[in-house]
Amino acid sequence: MHRYANPARTLRIVAALFPWIAGATALLFPLGLYLALAGSPADYQQGETVRIMYVHVPAAWLAMFIYSVMAVSSALALVWRHPVAELSARAAAPLGAGFTAVCLATGALWGQPMWGTWWVWDARLTSVLVLFFLYLGYIALADAFDDPERGGRAAGILAIVGWVNVPIVKFSVDWWNTLHQPASVTRLDAPAIHPDMLWPLIVMAAAFTALFTLLWMIRLRAELIERRNRVVEASLAEGLA
Amino acid sequence: MIQATLAVLRRDLALGLRQAADLVTAVGFFAVAALLFPFGVGPEPQILARIAAGVVWVTALLAGLLSLDRMFQPDAVDGSLDQLALSPAGLAGVAVAKAAAHWITTGLPLVLVSPVLAIMLNLDPAAITTLMVSMLIGTPCLSLFGAIGAALTLGARRGAALVPLLILPLVVPVLIFGVAAVEATATGLGARPHLMILAALLAAALPLAPLAAAAGLKLSLD
Repeated sequence: MHRYANPARTLRIVAALFPWIAGATALLFPLGLYLALAGSPADYQQGETVRIMYVHVPAAWLAMFIYSVMAVSSALALVWRHPVAELSARAAAPLGAGFTAVCLATGALWGQPMWGTWWVWDARLTSVLVLFFLYLGYIALADAFDDPERGGRAAGILAIVGWVNVPIVKFSVDWWNTLHQPASVTRLDAPAIHPDMLWPLIVMAAAFTALFTLLWMIRLRAELIERRNRVVEASLAEGLA
Repeated sequence: MIQATLAVLRRDLALGLRQAADLVTAVGFFAVAALLFPFGVGPEPQILARIAAGVVWVTALLAGLLSLDRMFQPDAVDGSLDQLALSPAGLAGVAVAKAAAHWITTGLPLVLVSPVLAIMLNLDPAAITTLMVSMLIGTPCLSLFGAIGAALTLGARRGAALVPLLILPLVVPVLIFGVAAVEATATGLGARPHLMILAALLAAALPLAPLAAAAGLKLSLD
């Protein structure tokens, strides 16, 4: 872990991985979209509307996954004062907020024809909305200080505290018997979803993960370069004074 | 450590009670905000009875937020926070004392005023005791979460505006079970399970929130 505390080394690793992740995204996304939109059957009950699921479910998984990435990064940053971990949490936050927004929006689009309503105050929906606000709070707090490192650390504590919400999101469908359907893929026994629909979903989840990794690397690189610029400017200003 | 924590609590209570402005502001805001609802939704007794518990709870949470940004701010500005950090209470002890002082000067008065507002909003009289008990357990959670928010935004630009954004998502469970307890009593189901969950939330927040707040305070001392 401490190997990657060196920003220059991290930048080199990011540069080396970049073409591979970009290639994987470029390959997986068209394949996943083809499978989801054309290469999979319509549902016998939901009809074509089921295809929203191939965007909604991967976005929801990533919304939880990215928050966990942020919480782990923040913990590393707080415990070991790991400089890159702090920037990695900061780089992930707007992406997580974006995926959460996609999850909420596609859920509303699906809910309108299927449940007859855009929104219900169901346990799953409410806890995802709270997750969205936690992302917004993290972003607002991280940018609220003149010293960006101080903002990053304060927001890191918030990310760790707010992580209690992630298990609530995950298990809300089991703990409260409300409108949102329970988990059908990540179950101890076999997934309760037909392979014809499971495979497009898995490919789409991989595509979303690759896209997140790609954008995360781009943002991490930008954060690292910006932090370096600030150090250079500060030392230049000191030299002039 | 306990002695030092109690000393900080005594000092903050004395400060809070001698300038009663915060207390009056919180209670005044609570009353005015809650009593806006009959004008907003109309004075029909059934509608008011249906929303009374939620209105009292939500406005109490908002009133409790008002003085949060000044929980640590004055001490950080005049340097006493540095001294407190060196005291035997430690930063976690300071956070406990500050949260307790905030609750006694803000949360407790809100609980004491709530029955009056509940009656004016036509809440079922049988549910008023449950409302007070649920707020008695729930408002300390707000003070404890609030200590985290106040510590994290110490020295931030627009800190006062940030605290609600950070804290309100975290107190959603408290609100849900607090209101559910009152409604369970009003419908005759028994509030006990909801009150037990509220108490569990408080029992979890009591040791953990001061640690997070202390970590936040430590950042501002660097």
